[in-house]
Amino acid sequence: MSGTPLLQVVELSKSFGGVQAVNRVSFDLHKGELLGIIGPNGSGKTTTVNLITGFVKATSGKVFYQGRDITSWSPHKIVRLGISRTFQMVKPFYQLPAFKNVIIPLYSPRVKGLVGGKYGDRSAVALDLLEEVGFERDAQVAYKVASVLPQGYLKRLELAKAIALQPDLIILDELFSGLSLAEVASIVPIIEKLLLEGKTIIMIEHRLKEVFRIAHRVIVLNYGRLIADGPAEEVMENEEVKKAYLGSED
Amino acid sequence: MKKRKERIDRGIKVRSGDIFALCSWREMLYLSGPRLFPLIACAVLPLVLDTYWQRVLLSVAIFGLLAISWDILAQSSMVSLGQALFFGMGAYCSGAMDHYWHLSPFITIPLATIMGGVISTILLLPVLRLRGIYFAMVTLIIPLMLVRIIEATKILGGTEGISGLTSLPSHWIELYLSLAALLAALFGFRRLMDSDYGLVLKGINDNDRSVMNAGINIYWFKAQALFLSSAVGAFAGALMTHVYMFVGMPVFALDYSILPIAAVVVGGGGSLAGAVLGAFILVPLSEALRALGGLRIVFYGAFLVFFIVALPEGIFHFITRKYHQFERWVEVEK
Ligand SMILES: Nc1ncnc2c1ncn2[C@@H]1O[C@H](COP(=O)(O)OP(=O)(O)OP(=O)(O)O)[C@@H](O)[C@H]1O
Ligand SMILES: [Mg+2]
Repeated sequence: MSGTPLLQVVELSKSFGGVQAVNRVSFDLHKGELLGIIGPNGSGKTTTVNLITGFVKATSGKVFYQGRDITSWSPHKIVRLGISRTFQMVKPFYQLPAFKNVIIPLYSPRVKGLVGGKYGDRSAVALDLLEEVGFERDAQVAYKVASVLPQGYLKRLELAKAIALQPDLIILDELFSGLSLAEVASIVPIIEKLLLEGKTIIMIEHRLKEVFRIAHRVIVLNYGRLIADGPAEEVMENEEVKKAYLGSED
Repeated sequence: MKKRKERIDRGIKVRSGDIFALCSWREMLYLSGPRLFPLIACAVLPLVLDTYWQRVLLSVAIFGLLAISWDILAQSSMVSLGQALFFGMGAYCSGAMDHYWHLSPFITIPLATIMGGVISTILLLPVLRLRGIYFAMVTLIIPLMLVRIIEATKILGGTEGISGLTSLPSHWIELYLSLAALLAALFGFRRLMDSDYGLVLKGINDNDRSVMNAGINIYWFKAQALFLSSAVGAFAGALMTHVYMFVGMPVFALDYSILPIAAVVVGGGGSLAGAVLGAFILVPLSEALRALGGLRIVFYGAFLVFFIVALPEGIFHFITRKYHQFERWVEVEK
């Protein structure tokens, strides 16, 4: 863990009217790391992701990616650099079949640049990606319109769309929420595989057990402030973290 | 007893889905019919109609193009109330090039198609971020503003307009050119909307943030869709300028904005074919009702309401379904 970090967040802040959603948050992330972000409801986790990925403009503070200042860039430019994310509230193209959902990221300038403009049949690539995240090939789910898919598949679809962009940094915003234990257990290996491929991952989670099992490092947000940063065991011993989670842990 | 309608693909649809389609002329006809029919209709109709109805057919082609133009925009998340802007822009561009530079219609029409598309796109570029009704309002207002500007500044002929423009060599050329353009736009843009490029446009309509998150600049794609759509409208306007041998403020009239929407509503949106079908129904209907005088609008309106209530999906989707599937009522167990 040396050299310049892949991602540097410096004193990042965002207020919505009177609400200080994110308050001077700073952290570094190195290549190949899996960082967990935890915190009670409304502590600013999603807003932090929105700030990094350009969906929300920062009030103050900076975000550096590979040493480059990307603060308040537009989302599509940030994707082009190699950061992709999933949404906590899934955002599929409801009117399109699942595999066509994946064709749209495959059409992006990022992927075109990486594969050199030639991508014979995007449908075939899309179907492979969906199979990778657990759409059974023979069950025809990949051909179903997204509006009829159950939550479990929509979450996997979010993941497939994020992976389709061949990102270096993947940010997963509560990918596991609303999924059964069995479903979570089937997705964890996919994430571990991404790590082995050298991807860097940020995982926002409510389910502490799952994060603690696979995360290298955890940061804790509370009322928009970063209150702890370190290995899972260390962070959970932190007095402030215990206080923040007392009563709100379910 | 509760019943539900069951829809089953026709045997011929299933068979023609794979290689067997090439083994029998019936299957081949089934597959090519929907494409051959409009081609043959457009080739034959001008020959069997009298001059009056030929004029109506030309009008059908023009409104069909405007309806296609509207449907392309709608599929790309932009609801427009201003097809007249595109139509009028093309009309004035070709009229001005004819009047001031004395260019042949075969040069002014293609140039005006591109120029009209570019100017309309640039005019709407600042409001590309607006959504739904806000974008629609701007498209409605701009043509009205342009009329006032022409009136006040007396440019481009002012209220008089520019007359004495060159006509196309014969009315057969006018008619076949407009019909050929209609078919080219219909098949060409249907193909485009079915491609991965069209998928991105449809994605923007479905969930624009998700398209951004796929690393795609949605404003760049919306601008392209806007150009394609406005170029189609500008072509229609440019052609009509040379048909009327005149261009003036009426080219920005509300008719050119509203009738295309009615055509898409009646024919069904999202397929472009529905838009054309709608024009083929509404324009002749409007002519046929002319005999009724003042009551014309009432009947016309009643017809529109009837279709919206009876076939909200549009006629084209209804026909497609009947063509590919048969239906039967089945009992639903309680
Ligand atoms: N667009 C917005 N407008 C106004 N307030 C917002 C907006 N987005 C977030 N907030 C507020 O900012 C605070 C942080 O919200 P955020 O969604 O980042 O929390 P979170 O940690 O992701 O919560 P959860 O665990 O429920 O997902 C909350 O008080 C929320 O109400
Ligand atoms: Mg959240």
